Amino acid sequence: MLETLSRSKQASVGAASGSAVSVTNLHIRFGANDSSFTALSDVSVEIPAGSLVTMLGPSGCGKSTLLRTVADLVHISDGSVSVHGQTPRKAREGRDFAFVFQEATLLPWRNVIDNVRLPLLVGKREAGATYADPEELIALVGLKGREKAMPHELSGGQRQRVAIARALVTRPRILLMDEPFGALDEITRDKLNEELLRLWQETGTTILFVTHSIPEAVFLGQHVLMLAAHPGRVKEFMTVDLPYPRSLAMRDTVEFIRVTAHLRTLLGEC
Amino acid sequence: MANVLPSQAEGRALVDGNRFKMLDAAAGAALRHLPATLAILGCILLWQLVVWGFSVPTFMAPGPLDVIKAFGENAGVLWANFWPTLMEAVLGFVFGNVVAVLLAVWFVHSPLAERAFYPIAVIIKSIPIIALAPILVLLVGNGIAPKIIIAGLICFFPTLVNMVQGLKSVSPAMLDLMRILSASNSEIFWKVRLPSSLPFLFAALKIAATSSVMGAIVAEWIGSSYGLGALIIEATYNFRSPLLYATVVIAASLAVVLFFAVSFAESKIVRWKPTTDH
Repeated sequence: MLETLSRSKQASVGAASGSAVSVTNLHIRFGANDSSFTALSDVSVEIPAGSLVTMLGPSGCGKSTLLRTVADLVHISDGSVSVHGQTPRKAREGRDFAFVFQEATLLPWRNVIDNVRLPLLVGKREAGATYADPEELIALVGLKGREKAMPHELSGGQRQRVAIARALVTRPRILLMDEPFGALDEITRDKLNEELLRLWQETGTTILFVTHSIPEAVFLGQHVLMLAAHPGRVKEFMTVDLPYPRSLAMRDTVEFIRVTAHLRTLLGEC
Repeated sequence: MANVLPSQAEGRALVDGNRFKMLDAAAGAALRHLPATLAILGCILLWQLVVWGFSVPTFMAPGPLDVIKAFGENAGVLWANFWPTLMEAVLGFVFGNVVAVLLAVWFVHSPLAERAFYPIAVIIKSIPIIALAPILVLLVGNGIAPKIIIAGLICFFPTLVNMVQGLKSVSPAMLDLMRILSASNSEIFWKVRLPSSLPFLFAALKIAATSSVMGAIVAEWIGSSYGLGALIIEATYNFRSPLLYATVVIAASLAVVLFFAVSFAESKIVRWKPTTDH
């Protein structure tokens, strides 16, 4: 499994500095000049390569916008975003990152394995790039034997597992996740959180994870990026001093509760 | 039929499991449609009783038995006039829907084209089809062409509207996904837009299947000497009511057969269900 996902792409210039994503004085405005809305104002942050950063903030703070800007889905008004030293557009074309949405966004007319294969069938494919084996990835996310199942035959959690397998098939160096488990029940969410941590530790992929749950942000995050709203700006970029591997039982420890309490106070100030 | 099946099927079950399953399915379908079948038979029986009871003259309203007799006596005429109407309806169906689908694809890729030509489509749609028939006869003559055009025009509009809606029904997240994968416009069209429009397309095709028969028959009313439409006019003028009713039954059956043909194609092609994540 580790071999399937080990990094094969050459580290580019920007990676030498040790940051996977570097955001500098970023401003995002939507709409025309007179009726424009500022989603992000002067955001600067460095996401270290190989780290797992969770993004928290009140609704309207622009955490999804920040993630979508890194993914080249939002036009940059001012400032810059660099992904391994490249523009988001170049990084997208080079398949440097993959995106997992809140909804699994599977194509309902393709079965599990064909959905996981989708990134290998569309877009520009680098000559000589080696991609992960879809069957091994399906086994990795715990769906071995369901390769031929159609999306409507799967539960919400299983569909999200397929979406994660699909994201990993291009062996991205960065995984961008926009509230991927937000629509799932708590038991499924806990299980997927544990498995995501295992996946991260096995593959060394940089993960940027947007959530609206404080416990989820602390449980997963090596760092927590908290944004404040109106306009969206950085409130705090903190390191979570809890050792890995983390288990669900950790959520009942004093240290864990201290961190979540601190974040809750911060969130109240936003 | 249902009580014959088990003994028949038992003998064959060992030899041919598939055949058993087929018979089983047929028996199940027969049972499911039993209430509808009985209701239809009841209506026909009531009709015959009313015709007998009130001594309705045959030219005014023939009873089911007269109509069945008319089928036998006029089998040759009905058969000869069935084929041209089938041809016109099917060619009109194909022609009208192909144009509608191509136009819908163009509209979705060019908002300017949609703004320019959608109103024209609405204007053409609002001309009563029966008023259009004489105009087309003057334009393209009295052959098969005006019939195909009218059958096509009747199919055209519902398919255009549904197909435009279907092609636009793709979720924004799916388009985001394709953008992140750097997919080209044609890849987005073939892999996402077209498949997600199919349920909309088939909804329209089912409407078009029945209305194409109607279009062909209406077109045959205007100066045609063949087809079920012409036969309806001729039978009416000559007070051959049983033949008129028999023709109407054939026309309705044709529409039903085309409808089920489209439904069958849909069940083979659209084998997936939309997923809801919440």
